[in-house]
Amino acid sequence: MNYNWNWGILITEPYMGWIFSGLGWTLLVAISAWVIAFTLGSVIGIMRTLDQPILRAIGATYVEIFRNIPLLVQMFLWYFIFPELLPEEAGLWVKRGIPMPEFWTAVICLGTYTASRVAEQVRAGINAISQGQRQAARAIGLSPAQVYRYVLLPISYRTIIPPMTSEFLGIFKNSSLALTIGVLELTAQTRQIEEYTFQGFEAFTAATILYIIVTFIVMFFMARVEKKVSIPGVTSIGAK
Amino acid sequence: MIEMKNVSKWYGDFHVLNNCSTVVEKGEVVVVCGPSGSGKSTLIKCVNGLEPFQEGTVTFDGISVGESKTNLTKLRSRIGMVFQNFELFPHISVIKNIRLAQEKVLGRSEEEAKKRGMELLERVGLAEQALKYPGQLSGGQQQRVAIARGLAMDPDAMLFDEPTSALDPEMINEVLDVMVELAQEGMTMMVVTHEMGFAKKVANRVIFMDEGRIEEDCSKDAFFGDTRGERAQLFLSKILNH
Repeated sequence: MNYNWNWGILITEPYMGWIFSGLGWTLLVAISAWVIAFTLGSVIGIMRTLDQPILRAIGATYVEIFRNIPLLVQMFLWYFIFPELLPEEAGLWVKRGIPMPEFWTAVICLGTYTASRVAEQVRAGINAISQGQRQAARAIGLSPAQVYRYVLLPISYRTIIPPMTSEFLGIFKNSSLALTIGVLELTAQTRQIEEYTFQGFEAFTAATILYIIVTFIVMFFMARVEKKVSIPGVTSIGAK
Repeated sequence: MIEMKNVSKWYGDFHVLNNCSTVVEKGEVVVVCGPSGSGKSTLIKCVNGLEPFQEGTVTFDGISVGESKTNLTKLRSRIGMVFQNFELFPHISVIKNIRLAQEKVLGRSEEEAKKRGMELLERVGLAEQALKYPGQLSGGQQQRVAIARGLAMDPDAMLFDEPTSALDPEMINEVLDVMVELAQEGMTMMVVTHEMGFAKKVANRVIFMDEGRIEEDCSKDAFFGDTRGERAQLFLSKILNH
């Protein structure tokens, strides 16, 4: 292979700036999307465990729609199709009115998609709690909402920390698809460096390492969280 | 205090409760026994509405449990319940287990709830365990905490669903002692149990169930005397002779 290695490109402006700007957008897209994924996913997941059949059905429908369409297709649907389905003015506003429409589209797309996955974790976590535990919570006089607030949710969120960590990591990696609608996040900037300098190996190596560093930080952080909220005297909850 | 009239319940085709009627007066201790699957647990869970039933009426202190307009949440806060598997909330400390409903349901202040909680822990002999988590206690200790948690609500009656069945033999007595004391203080109690020693000591009445029916509902003396029916006789001979 005849390739001119030039690692110096990574610390040369403007390329170094591009990489860090890309990393910044990656973090911004992923973390904003996680806020949506976590809140919406929790609501949908809880809905799937309630007694009311209508709420359960709404939750199930949401999950099936959002987890069964490929993420890339969803990205295009949100970006190209969704504005056209709106009334004309609203559509125009979505396309041009809001600042950074690509960014917001990516955040919403990634957030709503990951929410369907978070919802399934939350549902599984709640359903893993024994019937006796719910009965005890109801028997003592807690209202249905209080049963969730003080008993079911605190226990189930602890149980699902490991799969939630995977979802959180997934959102960082999936954020690279935002480049397809024009968000200049890390992967997009890396490609741009390659196009400008033909030093693709260096650029993609840098991107790979940065993704790994970010995910390691997330894993480290989540391991700390898991340890901090672990329940003394309990090795596995829900295994009763 | 507790009145059940012609209560019937089905799980699909399975007739769990078949036309059950009984009355528990204030201050009475009623032991419910019978073979497994006879509907004992289901019967007492109808009292606080944990188990819905299809026919008949259950009233607690004049309030109809089965009616849709009844505030079940409020009613339940007046009836303590102790479960076979303790069912303490594993993620909060012992004292917080006891404080939770006092604060969130009865609206007591943290200080008040803690004070009442510590009094009760003292009483069941576990004051020094207040800050531990349920998973760090033995089964007998957990069950005593569960009793304290129920009592903290200052209930008008207590329901016990096989409170000693999940315990190691050497821990059964520590739990029974607390229950005996409670009975002697005049607490209204419905107790599903096979501990006939407990029944002999403090029960006013014994209900014997089989296949969803109340087969016997008589005074303790009558039940342990000769007047009981054949099915109860057989059951009793089996559990007393091992």
